[in-house]
Amino acid sequence: MNREFDYSVVDGIIDGNGRKISSVISILQDIQEHYRYLPREIFPYLADAVAVSEARIYSVATFYENFSLEPKGLYVVKVCDGTACHVRRSIPILNRLRSDLGLSERKVTTDDLLFTLETVSCLGACGLAPVLTVNDKVYPAVTPDKASQLVKSLREEATHAAA
Amino acid sequence: MLLRNREELRKARSVYAESLEKQRLKILVCAGTGCMAGGSPAIRDRLLALLRERNIACAVTLEKEPHGADVGIKQSGCHGFCEMGPLLRFEPQGWLYIRVTPDDCEEIVEKTVVNGEHIPRLAYRADAGVFERQDDIPFYRKQTRLVLEHCGQIDATSIEEYLAVGGYSAFEKALFEMSGDAIIDEVSRAALRGRGGGGFPTGRKWMQVKRQKATPKYLVCNGDEGDPGAFMDRSIMEGDPHRMLEGMMIAGFAAGASEGYIYVRAEYPTAVQRLRVAIRQACDFGLLGDNILGSGFDFGIRINRGAGAFVCGEGSALTASIEGKRGMPRVKPPRTVEQGLFAKPTVLNNVETFANVPQIILRGSDWYTGIGTKNSPGTKAFALTGNIVNTGLIEVPMGTTLGEVIFDIGGGIRGDAGFKAVQIGGPSGGCLTGEHLTLPLDFDSLKKVGAMVGSGGLVVMDDRTCMVEVARFFMNFTQNESCGKCVPCREGTKRMLAVLEGIVSGNGREGDIELLLELADTVSATALCGLGKAAASPVVSTVKYFREEYEEHIRNKRCPAGTCQKLKRLRIDPALCKGCSLCVKTCPAGAVTGEKKQPHTLNTDLCLRCGACIPVCRFHAVVEE
Amino acid sequence: MNREFMLIDGLPAPLQGEKNLLELIRKAGISLPTFCYYSELSVYGACRMCMVENEWGDLEAACSTPPKAGMKVRTNTARLRAYRRMILELLLADHCRDCTTCPKNDSCRLQELAVRFGIERVRFPNTAEAPDIDDSSPCIRRDKNKCILCGDCVRMCSEIQNVGAVDFAYRGSKMTISTAFDVPLAESGCVGCGQCAAVCPTGALGVKDDTRRLWEAVSDPQVKVVVQIAPAVRVAVGRELGLAEPENCMGRIVAALRRMGIDEIFDTSVGADLTVLEEAGELLSTLKKGSDLPLFTSCCPAWVAYCEKSHPELMRAVSTCRSPMQMFASLIKEHGKRSGRKVFHAAIMPCTAKKFEAARPEFRHGGAPAVDCVITTQELIRMIRESGLVFAELEPEAVDMPFGTVTGAGLIFGVTGGVTEAVIRCVSADKTPGALRAAAYTGIRGMSGSKEALVRVGDRDVKIAVVSGLAHAEELIGRIGAGEKYDFVEVMACPGGCVNGGGQPLASAFDREERGDLLYNADRMSSIKRSEENPLMMTLYNGLLKGKVHDLLHVHYRTENTGVSHA
Repeated sequence: MNREFDYSVVDGIIDGNGRKISSVISILQDIQEHYRYLPREIFPYLADAVAVSEARIYSVATFYENFSLEPKGLYVVKVCDGTACHVRRSIPILNRLRSDLGLSERKVTTDDLLFTLETVSCLGACGLAPVLTVNDKVYPAVTPDKASQLVKSLREEATHAAA
Repeated sequence: MLLRNREELRKARSVYAESLEKQRLKILVCAGTGCMAGGSPAIRDRLLALLRERNIACAVTLEKEPHGADVGIKQSGCHGFCEMGPLLRFEPQGWLYIRVTPDDCEEIVEKTVVNGEHIPRLAYRADAGVFERQDDIPFYRKQTRLVLEHCGQIDATSIEEYLAVGGYSAFEKALFEMSGDAIIDEVSRAALRGRGGGGFPTGRKWMQVKRQKATPKYLVCNGDEGDPGAFMDRSIMEGDPHRMLEGMMIAGFAAGASEGYIYVRAEYPTAVQRLRVAIRQACDFGLLGDNILGSGFDFGIRINRGAGAFVCGEGSALTASIEGKRGMPRVKPPRTVEQGLFAKPTVLNNVETFANVPQIILRGSDWYTGIGTKNSPGTKAFALTGNIVNTGLIEVPMGTTLGEVIFDIGGGIRGDAGFKAVQIGGPSGGCLTGEHLTLPLDFDSLKKVGAMVGSGGLVVMDDRTCMVEVARFFMNFTQNESCGKCVPCREGTKRMLAVLEGIVSGNGREGDIELLLELADTVSATALCGLGKAAASPVVSTVKYFREEYEEHIRNKRCPAGTCQKLKRLRIDPALCKGCSLCVKTCPAGAVTGEKKQPHTLNTDLCLRCGACIPVCRFHAVVEE
Repeated sequence: MNREFMLIDGLPAPLQGEKNLLELIRKAGISLPTFCYYSELSVYGACRMCMVENEWGDLEAACSTPPKAGMKVRTNTARLRAYRRMILELLLADHCRDCTTCPKNDSCRLQELAVRFGIERVRFPNTAEAPDIDDSSPCIRRDKNKCILCGDCVRMCSEIQNVGAVDFAYRGSKMTISTAFDVPLAESGCVGCGQCAAVCPTGALGVKDDTRRLWEAVSDPQVKVVVQIAPAVRVAVGRELGLAEPENCMGRIVAALRRMGIDEIFDTSVGADLTVLEEAGELLSTLKKGSDLPLFTSCCPAWVAYCEKSHPELMRAVSTCRSPMQMFASLIKEHGKRSGRKVFHAAIMPCTAKKFEAARPEFRHGGAPAVDCVITTQELIRMIRESGLVFAELEPEAVDMPFGTVTGAGLIFGVTGGVTEAVIRCVSADKTPGALRAAAYTGIRGMSGSKEALVRVGDRDVKIAVVSGLAHAEELIGRIGAGEKYDFVEVMACPGGCVNGGGQPLASAFDREERGDLLYNADRMSSIKRSEENPLMMTLYNGLLKGKVHDLLHVHYRTENTGVSHA
């Protein structure tokens, strides 16, 4: 077991959800909420706690889209590409953000860990299409310019907070 | 406030009703996901601040003791008219203000709250003029809102308001006046069919679970509404969570279940939060827990958040996910009613189905079967999206025709385009065309034409939509969301997608349509679960109705709708080109050549069809064809 | 008599409690194709090859549909043929089709069914990436690109073995079978039992091939090649090598090996006799001392690895006896010191985990391993074929001296319960033939994965548990943890014991039983039934082993040598 990793947070989460296999998904969700991704160290630890193999935990974590094994950015931007948003041109928004942030389909998080850019299949806010979300806050009727501006202001907000 | 018996529940209901009655003016700020994103929380804050400034007593929660406050501000559920949000509704007048901004609040308080005046500039306008009252707007007039009756009408975060409008009366009646069999009988006579897509008779499902000997029995509410373009269930969970809980409690009592699970999509954080609040309130009031209202019935409800997998909308995948496993459907038998969640007998219904139950119990099956059609009684909520004027959430009696929904309620096609098709039932459904505008929307009629109600997403497409691209879009979705377990779905959809991608990018080959249909046949006949079996439906139905579009792509490398980027051909109109050579500098492929001040030419063999030259030409000489 | 029946392709088939249509249809003599069905694993129902058509034209997967009286199904309609062909075409599309260079050539189910259904073309482009081979494990070789995601290995590893080294990862067309974080198999929780490779229908999982190393040694004139052959090997080669009836092929194997140029050939059962004597001694002293834990056997290296990884706290109760292979290897190497030539020792084993055991640092002496190379039964079969020997025509020959005397006790080590029975024979004071019979009928024979017996030793009852399949071991450990008392526990990782080892040709439940019976027959035919009655033992203890018993026959495992990645 990795000795440097502080397991007290994970212990709290595991105890809060119950040490049983059926809690695995909610435990992973809580861990991801805390760390913004699933640190590798938690896998053998969680496997022990709920008495399944580490490969089984890995198998569950990789099945669901929302889990990330890589650290995610402070701002997780999700561009909706559901039907309604798609027909109202969500792809140009995605392309613009990718070029602004230097990201691609494969590289989804900026090196400074500020932004993660993903697509999501329908947020159910079709009336406001096209939409994107930043950490679950929905932004309606987005255009490539608006999205670009939003990212810029988020960056400023983050630098401001850091200073 | 713990209610210990039936009397206390009734008393609470009348107290809160009285309290609500006392409010001279009720302002319902839409707090559906759509309007919240449009800024409705800021509007609510602004209104509250302004009222406070003017010392107007206002209540944000319903108190037990009727109080002096004569204005109530409420966070209501989704009104459905998302296109026009953020929305504000005023009771008792029934006025609806649309596209409200915080800047409008000053005027709203001054005129509407203080003086009781209507502000015409904030009202909905159409050809016929200004519509003061929400109910008069054509979008609403043709609807029958039963399941959604409270959405936009009461505070979605308040059990007190739900009680004030008669909430939990059906549960009370079921608990104290009916046996499990009697409840199931009523639901069966109402012929309530599952609103999640399959249309399975709900009463029969409950009876099958009730008959099982194994214990405990579970109740699961499927709120994993994953179809792109569908948000009916979200609106119910957000807008009237108690109605759904009440339906679940009745079902739990009838089928003999002691524990209920609600599985909600991860993409619906507001729904999760509202449901959490609602469950906590119901527990505090003693409507959930042990020995509910002294009846001896124990029932609890928990929430499981999804983690991003469309396939979890399939029953056995959903229960696997609740059990903490990969959401992979399993083979049946055994069926969910025999061995569902934790291998115990399980009632699994979707959100809208449960939300139908309280009214059936309260008003009876005779009343219910008077709505809708004979074999599909009741109403159905649909989400209208796509190239339609009124995007939003609607509820109509089963059997309403497609044309009424699209033109009378939806306001027809956006812009000056014409109607082409509508995709119904999401990626598992099929498309309907102009010839189906008179088709009644109900389970059986849709099944007859190879479509399905599905969860109720209606994506409207205008005549500038390429149907091959639509099929590709849905296949891409299904392929991404395939769990990967069975070979036909995992490999078949992958290959179908590759063929479709070939067609839309100009690499279609003779025989592709036949290969698609052969794959579709294998996938639909042999896939393990319902989602897999339906995965090929968009392809089959678009080929059925728009085969010539496929052929045009394949044979002539042409997209009749003109949307497939890779099939666009660009040409420079020599009559318009002034030879400024801006396009030459822009073209990444060096496809444009020509002497300065002479009309240029575009070499289509080199052209990447990126279209970069189009906006740079000031003379509109680059034309697509 | 049960008169219920259903119609399969128009012919009546009586229902006899079959779990599903597939079993009934196979009983009716129809080889319904499947990739993902094994009767001992849970029903997965993913390959969709076994679908049948009912009287209404609906398709049902035979593996997951219970038979009902009056049911009518067809197994071979035009639609079904078309769908099966399409499924095969889809599976083949991204699959490596270089069959001739695949280790599973000729034993691959995908290949077999492609031939059977006449797949002559694949209309889809092959989009698979370059081969992705994991040969980190000394036992098992993985080639991910040959995986058809039937999940047999996953269910075997978790349901039967409770190891869970591999599982599904990701989903849809990105789905793979993977260890946690895709670490090499050697760094995973894998215990090397090889059961995954046994059930894998394609070349995705196979036994690591060490035949080249043995061939090299054989062709080196400076090297004396000595082999030992484990009991379970001799009862599993016949069918593969063209014998019509199942038989104990020890004599033919010896003959074949001599023709191949092996210098000395011995029978591992001699090692087993040593194990019996040592383990019996250990049991008696444990009984005398008294212990909170039972004495666990140590013959099975996959079990030892499992115990080290999952229950290190139990290692103190695992017998310090080396496995028969390692005991015998020590002897051979000790004996070889007397010969002038360098000795290369190969062990022919039913087991993949033996490859890992042989490589453990605990079994190195002066840098060299006692067993230089482990060859599984499957590899032996390939070597015999490669030599061009017509196995059926070989005259049986005897093993070499000086280790030529074997006992029935040593032979039955190859089947679950065998070790225990041999030890009971040894510790029991009653040495009559009747006592032998009594030992056989205590409940320790048979293919059940979890057996118990109560045996009188001296003035007390000894409570014994015999488990095979690590999930059964885990369940037993749970009961012991909960306070249940046992004195002696035999664990074999592979269900049914070594006869069903991961290195053997794939065995159905019927095959396992048959192989076990052949070993019990060999025991019945042997003139010496008890290990302690083997005259060779006396010679060894007074000779080669004198003063070296502990050094040569016992071991203290060091957990750091199990290669546990996450510990």
